[in-house]
Amino acid sequence: MVTAPGEGEAPLGPPPDGAPPVLALAGVSKAFGAVQALREVSLNLYAGEAHALAGENGAGKSTLVKTLAGVYRPDTGRVLLDGEPVEFGSPADAQQAGVAVIYQEPTMFPDLSVAENIFIGRQPKAALRRIDRRAMHDRAAELFERLGVALDPEQPARGLSIADQQLVEIAKALSRDARVLIMDEPTAALSGNEVTRLFNVVKALREQGCAVLFISHRLDEIFELCQRVTTLRDGGWIASEPVAGLTHDDLIRRMVGRDLDNLYPKQETEVGEVALKVGRLTREGVFTDVSFEVRRGEIVALAGLVGAGRSEVARAVFGVDRWDAGTVEVNGERLPPASPTAAMSAGLALVPEDRRQQGLVMDHSIERNIGITGLKALRRGPVISRAAERDRARDWAIRLQLKFNRLSDAVNVLSGGNQQKVVLGKWLSTKPDVLIIDEPTRGIDVGTKAEVHRLLSQLAADGLAVLMISSDLPEVLGMADRVLVMQEGRLVAEIPRERATEESVMTAATGGTS
Amino acid sequence: MAPDVKSAGGAADTAAPLLAGLPDRGAPGRLLRWDLLVGLLLVLVFIGGSVGSPGFASVDNLSFALGDLGEIALIALAMTMLVVAAEVDLSVASVLGLSSALVGTLWDAGWAIETIIPLVVVVGAVCGLVNGLLVTRLGLPSLAVTIGTLALYRGLAYVVLGDRAIAEFPQQYASLAVEDVPGTPIPYPVALFVLLAIITGVVLHATGFGRSLFAIGAQEEAALFAGIRVKRIKLILFVLSSTVAAFAGVVFTLRYGSARADNGMGLELAVIAAVLLGGVDFDGGKGTLGGVIAGVLLIGLLRNLLMLNDVSTEIQSIVTGLLLIISVITPRLVAVIGQRRRRPSPVPSPTPPAS
Repeated sequence: MVTAPGEGEAPLGPPPDGAPPVLALAGVSKAFGAVQALREVSLNLYAGEAHALAGENGAGKSTLVKTLAGVYRPDTGRVLLDGEPVEFGSPADAQQAGVAVIYQEPTMFPDLSVAENIFIGRQPKAALRRIDRRAMHDRAAELFERLGVALDPEQPARGLSIADQQLVEIAKALSRDARVLIMDEPTAALSGNEVTRLFNVVKALREQGCAVLFISHRLDEIFELCQRVTTLRDGGWIASEPVAGLTHDDLIRRMVGRDLDNLYPKQETEVGEVALKVGRLTREGVFTDVSFEVRRGEIVALAGLVGAGRSEVARAVFGVDRWDAGTVEVNGERLPPASPTAAMSAGLALVPEDRRQQGLVMDHSIERNIGITGLKALRRGPVISRAAERDRARDWAIRLQLKFNRLSDAVNVLSGGNQQKVVLGKWLSTKPDVLIIDEPTRGIDVGTKAEVHRLLSQLAADGLAVLMISSDLPEVLGMADRVLVMQEGRLVAEIPRERATEESVMTAATGGTS
Repeated sequence: MAPDVKSAGGAADTAAPLLAGLPDRGAPGRLLRWDLLVGLLLVLVFIGGSVGSPGFASVDNLSFALGDLGEIALIALAMTMLVVAAEVDLSVASVLGLSSALVGTLWDAGWAIETIIPLVVVVGAVCGLVNGLLVTRLGLPSLAVTIGTLALYRGLAYVVLGDRAIAEFPQQYASLAVEDVPGTPIPYPVALFVLLAIITGVVLHATGFGRSLFAIGAQEEAALFAGIRVKRIKLILFVLSSTVAAFAGVVFTLRYGSARADNGMGLELAVIAAVLLGGVDFDGGKGTLGGVIAGVLLIGLLRNLLMLNDVSTEIQSIVTGLLLIISVITPRLVAVIGQRRRRPSPVPSPTPPAS
């Protein structure tokens, strides 16, 4: 039964033995509101291959994974299983069909044993419908043997490292006879040895005939583990090709390759005094010995992989988290540890990573959200002046071209981009000297993105010191005067604008030597 | 109130039809309606009581009913602030009992009442400090901590006084707790309550401290990132709540002229019922003091009515319990229904790409 996959001209080459791909996407598109997350994407996964999925943040990788896993249904196009069209109505359907997803940080039942976690909901039964613990134990042990790892099935899941948890998840997938294993950035939180062990497991599975879809920002890993790679950019399919014969540069070019000029209006500014000085800042187990300066008029980007410790540094500098050693100075004044209040009055502002949890009180109105950072300034006698609060909010709403209906509307009715503007207004209204902005344009549309970039550029020109954390490489390269790169909790590189390229930043961030 | 400016960009792409047209007082419209609902219920109970139970609407009875509410009402003020900040203090009635026991013992030992009262209030503050430190320093849930101290402080009350009852307090203080402000039918504790209620209302709804409480309750992390001293504020609230409870213990003791370790047993439930009935969300971040006052009065009038009609205390307790449950369930039902209606709301259209 050799059915040609739906789109006969599917990206890459003939299957090794003429069999159809185990799992394929044919011309799949998916939109969320106005955002086109996937555009006509095709992908073939063959038995026995490790296939990498490459692309920047926001390129559509997660949407693709979730489509394969039955979380999303494509708007157009088809999912093919063994060459036959299927419709996954739910993740359970996809699981049933042998598709398993291993997430970066699996969720386990901490108080159950490893074996119980593997067989949760499908425990082998003995007479009288009792759970057959011995059979469960034996089968778990068998699975671990097949994977070639030493884990005790009776060990409680609590206290397992993330790497071990992933192995338990893989064992669980095998116990369901999964034929397709999708691994969404499994190595982001693993150490070097753990990565090696995971790769050995994946190689073993591949040899046993599984298809593996592997997502990683570390290019070296793609070259080490995978036979083929599919690249996405802005929701569109760019290429599917064998890894052999590609270079790092080729792959990065496929992932990026776009005109940066319009989206990144960078002004020439005059660099002034040091406004923020961080000295040998350490938070044990999170980041170590981080030192840098940001001067007035400068935009300094803090780049690195997710989990490298960038946001954690920002949190500590602003005082939300404690630090164990080191100093933070704003305009030459040393900040006490763990006091956002002191940081604010010294002239520091932090636009946090998670708008919905940290940036805004979602149920509260626009004016209240903007006013909350200026409660002292809004006081008339002992009480808050509503008029002053409204004026402040209106002022910033106009300056930031916020699109809103009423200032008393809850911020949760605004679009992501407008919510981000409220957060910016909330912080800029404190008239800071140093603005730390974590993922300034995550999840907002292209138009607003350009507006935010123009604003940052203008702020720097007005003499603000800006520290921008971003996982969006084009944004980093387009906006920053200097790029600091963190890797695994350490500052590993400082690259001036002239020498900052995709390659140089990526290389530093991944600890690569290429 | 000044008219709102229309969108600076001219587009009204983020309309929320459900919220439009509601009074703009800062509080979400749904809660405003809930406040009104409780107020309306209060009026209905009052009318029903006047018609159905002779003597209910008399000045004497109402004055008594209000006086009887004094401690609950006082504690409810502090409790409102705690619940708005998404915390709760279940130990208040035990602090009241401990305070009562201390008043009794010290009076029995020959102390002057002028020394006893401040001392007892300080002990209350210390009780609150213990609650607050356990919650803020160790990060324990306040529900669990204060269940623990509920037992602990009540136990201490028995250690202090055993199962004795001390009576015979000096007349001038005892009468302060029951007598009316001269020329009015308002008992002193009620007058005190009115004063404190006004202060609490202003603090909660018009000051930066109040704003901070709502922000903490609605989204603690966002409050922390906005430079609000979340832990310090919570600590203050716990100290305040126990201090008020200890003071209420003094009032209680003098009003009944009897100091006992089991004074005010179970009072915390009435307080929390009143707060929740008043429309304060148990998850924090929402509510008005006006609603809570209506809730306190509603519970007080209902209890008074039941008493007048010789309904047993068991039934009274059942009524309080039912009210508590209804007041927790109803806003949630309303929210669910609201969401159902809101579902087909327009998705904000994207802004056009900038040139």
